[in-house]
Amino acid sequence: MTAEVVRDVVAAVLLLLGAFLVFVAGLGVARFDTLLGRMHAATKPQVLGLILLLAGVGLRLGSWPTAGMLLLVVIFQLFTAPVAAHMVGRAGFRTGKVDTSKLEIDDLSTDEAAAREAVVVEDSGADGSAPDAATSDSDAPDSAR
Amino acid sequence: MTIVAIVCVTLIAVGAVLALVRVERGPSMLDRTVGLDVFTAALVGAIAIEAAYSQRVETVPLLVVLSLVGFVSSVTISRFAAVEPQGEGRVRTAEEIAAEDAERMAEQEREREMLRDSDQDGGRPDGVVR
Repeated sequence: MTAEVVRDVVAAVLLLLGAFLVFVAGLGVARFDTLLGRMHAATKPQVLGLILLLAGVGLRLGSWPTAGMLLLVVIFQLFTAPVAAHMVGRAGFRTGKVDTSKLEIDDLSTDEAAAREAVVVEDSGADGSAPDAATSDSDAPDSAR
Repeated sequence: MTIVAIVCVTLIAVGAVLALVRVERGPSMLDRTVGLDVFTAALVGAIAIEAAYSQRVETVPLLVVLSLVGFVSSVTISRFAAVEPQGEGRVRTAEEIAAEDAERMAEQEREREMLRDSDQDGGRPDGVVR
């Protein structure tokens, strides 16, 4: 009897924490004023909130097949959430919705500038080193994109 | 457990409404995508709370499906994201739409007027000073 009570209390705490994270995410998405800030807020219920909620559900239901299915949900979410975030962040960067002057570390802009410079150097001295230029020429535009 | 369920559902509902506020206001498509992602997460949370409250497992496959296909929309939208002109993504108010409609109607009316004039008098010969 007491074991069941403890289990339910732990499940309730986990569910409350997960629901609170969903609320916080909604608040952050509505309040933050940049795209990256909103994405930062949006990731909270997608991974940690989901894990907390599903752990609570698994404790409350207390059957192994269901727990396996809930684990599957977490695994799928862990696979798909980074893909979506990567696509949104990349599209935001390319369409100019990211203010690069506010970034502490901006590897992408640095790499793009370096790649552009490399292309310029290759173009100016292309005749001299033909084999080298051929290989790095085909690489450079890809990395610059 | 009932009180816990009520509190959880309230928190999730408020979060979902705030995400929908961002979907409505979001200045760009990508902001709306992020809002929709949060809404999907809130939906998953609501289904999970329901399963925990009623202790039934019929809704758990729904969670699997949602976690599998929830990212498709944001990937698709970001794939076709384009540079939007300033203010393009804003939802217009009824007054602004009415003003634009009136302007368009006036434009059409003016064109029709000009056509009718040229039909009736066959246009002026060149060199006629009015």
